[in-house]
Amino acid sequence: MGGLIKVGMADLKLCLPPEGITTLGLGSCVGVAIRDTNNKIGGLAHVMLPDSKAIKNAGTNLAKFADTGVMELVRLMEQKGARRIRMVAKIAGGAKMFDFKNDNALMQVGDRNVEAVKKKLKELGIRLLAEDCGLNFGRTVEFFPETGDFVIKAVGKPVKTI
Amino acid sequence: MAEFDLNNVDDMYFDVLKELGNIGAGNAASSLAQMLQTKVDMKVPRVELLDFSELGEAMGGEEQIMAGIYLLVQGDITGSIMFLLEERSAHTLVSKLMGTSPGDHAGFDEMESSALKEIGNIITGAYLNSLSAITNLTITESIPSLAVDMAGAILSVPAIEFGMVGDKMLLIQTSFTDDEELNGYFILVPDLPSYSKLLQALGVMQA
Repeated sequence: MGGLIKVGMADLKLCLPPEGITTLGLGSCVGVAIRDTNNKIGGLAHVMLPDSKAIKNAGTNLAKFADTGVMELVRLMEQKGARRIRMVAKIAGGAKMFDFKNDNALMQVGDRNVEAVKKKLKELGIRLLAEDCGLNFGRTVEFFPETGDFVIKAVGKPVKTI
Repeated sequence: MAEFDLNNVDDMYFDVLKELGNIGAGNAASSLAQMLQTKVDMKVPRVELLDFSELGEAMGGEEQIMAGIYLLVQGDITGSIMFLLEERSAHTLVSKLMGTSPGDHAGFDEMESSALKEIGNIITGAYLNSLSAITNLTITESIPSLAVDMAGAILSVPAIEFGMVGDKMLLIQTSFTDDEELNGYFILVPDLPSYSKLLQALGVMQA
């Protein structure tokens, strides 16, 4: 197997087995990995913000938001032959990187991102199998649609697979 | 009032933002020199408007370990400011400030963390003071918060703030030198109304 497909911040990509796909240094952003359990078509989105409708100039980058990002990933997977009914998801990220006494909405954006992703998955009828979210540290994730393994790496912590 | 759009920054606005970066970083370097009681040279800062996907690369990779000191900006403009240092540079600075030999341990203990916060506080304070002096705007900052983690994870916080107003992020890279080169980055994130306020205060945008 060659290198992993790389997904940047506010970005999403498809991944066909036997390849793997990764996104590096998730902070308050959320990594959403989805696969079709039958034909193993997979993909990964790195979303930054919860709601495209809450922002005036939302722009054209669908991958930036939880709602539009998850939708677009699912759409691209369906185009390749994946079926929504067989899709399952795993998510990671949504950390709170900085701590302030007076928490403003911005500091809670990690939690809000996680909530928004879960809401969209539920709306689309996609089962959430596992998650590693919140707390106060960054995560690098690797996703292998062949097996569904979602590998999570954080600084100074053991590697874990969910 | 003319609306400021970060996706379509024209050359003049970009030059102004660049100049603000230069002046701010210059002031920050002299306060750093005072703090360390040495001569600190500074290269001309690089100011870039980057796509989110280019951010990690600009700092030597998303997984590069960095220390980020983050403060909320209040007053006439609101938003936040962040000062980032490569982990090694952060250790060097802290040991200089504390008069100890650079630790080769990973991470920072409590004393070192508070020294780092103090460094961030002084440097960002100098930056904001110069901004305040030029614009005549009142600008204050919150107490600093520190994270030592992957560059991508730390940057996600200001990137999300930029994400609310556009698809690009303004990054000011400064490199300080005394005996060795120390790489630091500034990220100033005014919220959207504050951009207009800043540019108006500088007389480059009509009210």
